[in-house]
Amino acid sequence: MSAVISPYNLDPGVGERGGPAQPLISARGLLKHFPVKSSGFFGPKKVVRAVDGVDFDILKGETLGVVGESGCGKSTTARLLMNLIVRDKGDLLFDGETVGETLPLAQYRRQVQMVFQDSYASLNPRLTIEESIAFAPQVHGVPAAKAIARAHDLLFRVGLEPSRFAGRYPHELSGGQRQRVNIARALALEPRLIILDEAVSALDKSVEAQVLNLLLDLKRDFGLTYLFISHDLNVVKFMCDRVMVMYLGKVAEIGTRAAIFGEARHPYSAALLASMPKMDPSERTMEPPLSGDPPNPIDPPSGCRFHTRCQFVEDICSREVPPLASLSAEQSAACLMAVPGSGHSRAPILGETSA
Amino acid sequence: MTDTMIDIDNLSVTFHRGRKPIKAVNGVTLKVRAGEVVALLGESGSGKSVTMRSLLRMHPKGTTIEGTMSVAGRDVTGLSTRDLGNLRGAVVSMVFQEPRLALDPVYTLGRQIEETIMRHERVSKAQASARALALFEKVRIPSPQRRLQNYPHEMSGGMLQRAMIAMALACNPKVLLADEPTTALDATVQIQILLLIRELQKEYGLSVIFVTHDIGVAAEVADRIAVMYAGRIVEEGTASDIIRNPKHPYTKGLLGARVELADGRDRLITIPGAPPDLADMPPGCAFAPRCADVMAPCRAVVPPLVGAAGSSERAGQVACLLYA
Repeated sequence: MSAVISPYNLDPGVGERGGPAQPLISARGLLKHFPVKSSGFFGPKKVVRAVDGVDFDILKGETLGVVGESGCGKSTTARLLMNLIVRDKGDLLFDGETVGETLPLAQYRRQVQMVFQDSYASLNPRLTIEESIAFAPQVHGVPAAKAIARAHDLLFRVGLEPSRFAGRYPHELSGGQRQRVNIARALALEPRLIILDEAVSALDKSVEAQVLNLLLDLKRDFGLTYLFISHDLNVVKFMCDRVMVMYLGKVAEIGTRAAIFGEARHPYSAALLASMPKMDPSERTMEPPLSGDPPNPIDPPSGCRFHTRCQFVEDICSREVPPLASLSAEQSAACLMAVPGSGHSRAPILGETSA
Repeated sequence: MTDTMIDIDNLSVTFHRGRKPIKAVNGVTLKVRAGEVVALLGESGSGKSVTMRSLLRMHPKGTTIEGTMSVAGRDVTGLSTRDLGNLRGAVVSMVFQEPRLALDPVYTLGRQIEETIMRHERVSKAQASARALALFEKVRIPSPQRRLQNYPHEMSGGMLQRAMIAMALACNPKVLLADEPTTALDATVQIQILLLIRELQKEYGLSVIFVTHDIGVAAEVADRIAVMYAGRIVEEGTASDIIRNPKHPYTKGLLGARVELADGRDRLITIPGAPPDLADMPPGCAFAPRCADVMAPCRAVVPPLVGAAGSSERAGQVACLLYA
């Protein structure tokens, strides 16, 4: 596939490179610790381990879902990918090129765009929506008239009649309409990856369904790749090809939708899935799958971070950090029960590799 | 009926804040029996929270309330400020969506609960704090003695919501109003709180009105579900009837748009359009502009909420001309 050359695409060097098998994004050892105020001048320096060594790939054309409780590092991961927060450690490869080295940041950012949860806060209240959408292309050198024309096309694509909406300000739109504008704005630079950080969470259910359909249509029409962050597992199940479950700054499990929703191997993923309210009043949940709140990421538990809430906990779990072990071609889990010979009584016996 | 705990009859609430008056609730009639959990289900702006807040008359000054409401045999509409104070907390108490905003940041949780108890009952401080401790144990807050000394900012969202439930139950109320109490919580904590509310409701025999936009949450806690749209109840019935056999086109659309059903399909079935502007309501059925089964009279007549012909009062009711 050759690079998409449109009058709009300024740099023919931007575009498909590594072939379809090359992951669009490879994150390796992504790490971000936020310093917090320590008690007293000589007190130990404390950090929030927001993202604590995370590896994952986003394949071309897929939708990767990220789920987890608040504070598990979902949004920090998204912001690290966008370089909105500078990572402490780790490498980011975009289509085989290292971001910030062989691929300059400005070029990278044009290909990766983000849609945030709060549709109102992420639009400039003093710009009309066509100005908002045309802003970034103009920064990147597109003539104003062309950028505005393109903004109108995009508004039409996201289901907002340009003649009615182009001149409006963000406060004159409903939440669903504003989120459509944010999606149009993200598309304005013809990106290849769009990060959707709880992009539909603030919307009402009937509007949410409309926006999800729009996202699916756009993905197909523009050949996009999505990173879809949500706390709503039902939405993730509908939208995503693969799912990454995070817990306290680490990846607990990653795998295809069928693997995670069919047979989650990490006890946390299983508990998270079981926590979803049942739709049938005759099949109500009787016991909470997990007790207590997630621990504080300032002082995470030793060993496996989930061991304080896990029902299968054994001594070894508080001593050893489980690696993200590959269970099959489509599933990896960071649990000692999945690592052969780990010392956990439920672990497979060494030498007998799991299928 | 003697065991009707909450009786709302033809309630309308109009806010006069902007240029045009906004009729947020438009003729709501709802009965809740003793020991019954009713979920008010609806999207934002459907009037579910406003309906519930009316029961404690918690609206800003200048809001017009029409219709009658009575709780435990007392007419709420006519209560004086002092009597309203006696009602709040002692007979009817409320759990809010955002515990961080609902609790006072400058007092410890123990002190806030003691204050509630001592406002309503003639007890000593020592008795009040003993009861606060018992309440914290009841809602299963770990190390309750220490937690009573905590300020709200020292606790997690789930713990604070437990503390707020403890405070709501401090004076053994008859009615608990819950305004999206789990919306701000994570899924794993949400289910804990839902089970706790369900358990305490049974133990105390509470009547509960539970406001939510999440059908799954309503299915987990409610005996009955009332679906609201644009300030009116469009359908009401037992939880299993509403979920398995919805009648109103809006309820059908809302249930049909659920992503859970779309497994294997590549698109969701959606309700076209958006809810009407409450300051500029269409005549007739408010759902008519979005309804697939719309008929000519729908645009002229507001359909009444009625049960199917020949059914008992406890069966479902629907406000749609298709069933009239």
